[in-house]
Amino acid sequence: MRELALNILDITENSVKAKATLIEITVKEEGNLMTVTIKDNGCGMSESFAQKVLDPFTTTRTTRKVGLGLPFYKMASEQTGGTLTLKTKEGVGTEVTATFYTDHIDCMPLGSMGGTVSTLLVGNTHIRYIFTYEKEGVSFVFDTAELQEALGGESLDTPEILSLIEDMIDENINEIKNGGVTK
Amino acid sequence: MKSIADIKAIRDKMQAEIIARDIKDNDDIRVVVGMATCGIAAGAREVFASLMDEVSKRNLKNVKISRAGCLGMCKLEPIVEVYAPGKPKCTYVKLDADKAKNIVVNHFVNGNEVAEYMITNE
Repeated sequence: MRELALNILDITENSVKAKATLIEITVKEEGNLMTVTIKDNGCGMSESFAQKVLDPFTTTRTTRKVGLGLPFYKMASEQTGGTLTLKTKEGVGTEVTATFYTDHIDCMPLGSMGGTVSTLLVGNTHIRYIFTYEKEGVSFVFDTAELQEALGGESLDTPEILSLIEDMIDENINEIKNGGVTK
Repeated sequence: MKSIADIKAIRDKMQAEIIARDIKDNDDIRVVVGMATCGIAAGAREVFASLMDEVSKRNLKNVKISRAGCLGMCKLEPIVEVYAPGKPKCTYVKLDADKAKNIVVNHFVNGNEVAEYMITNE
């Protein structure tokens, strides 16, 4: 993986598979510390599964025995000196929080969060996504429910709208990163 | 800064130009992009975005793009499967954004499968 956004896409796919209807992705930067939280209301994991889920030889799929999503994400975080914490409860949901030290030489760039969020929307318009980017108290929030309402309930996953969403998210993040003002 | 209001404005403008769709659903070309850890690490998000972009630019209303989990051949990712009506499944492997654009032009628009990107027996 070359971008944290790709890791985030990969981990969020787990929430989609867990049949979540609300997924909150939050990226928060304070100084050199970046905290990424992915929280869903999906099916959650049993205690015994949660204990072994960070093991690369644990997976829910049946085609083969390796599952590298969470291990890769954990590695990306730990190689910068950060940590990964997993909170989950069966029937309630899962929350994965990872921290990254952005001034560490092994810290991947955040990458295109717009690309990640717009990709996640395709075929999953029944899921409400709330994406938040925050840096030094300035934040940008994208809520699919808000957009859906503005568009009068029309489907969000047409290519035209998706590319607009992608540009909007990336532009807003860039603006905040470069010390812009809140909307 | 762009906001939801801007998207709505652009959408409203576009809607005026949309022509009623006269293609039957069973004429649809279904495109599946492998998007598990293996696919994503190999660049599937860029391939997916590139397909979406090109299909949107060319206004191909009969192409449906979707995501799937692991398609089973991780070393050949990014993999794209194309299901066209009346034709056998076509599997493209080791794609990138440019190759994806070529597939849209040659396969979806002109109906010629791009043999050089297709999976072989090796």
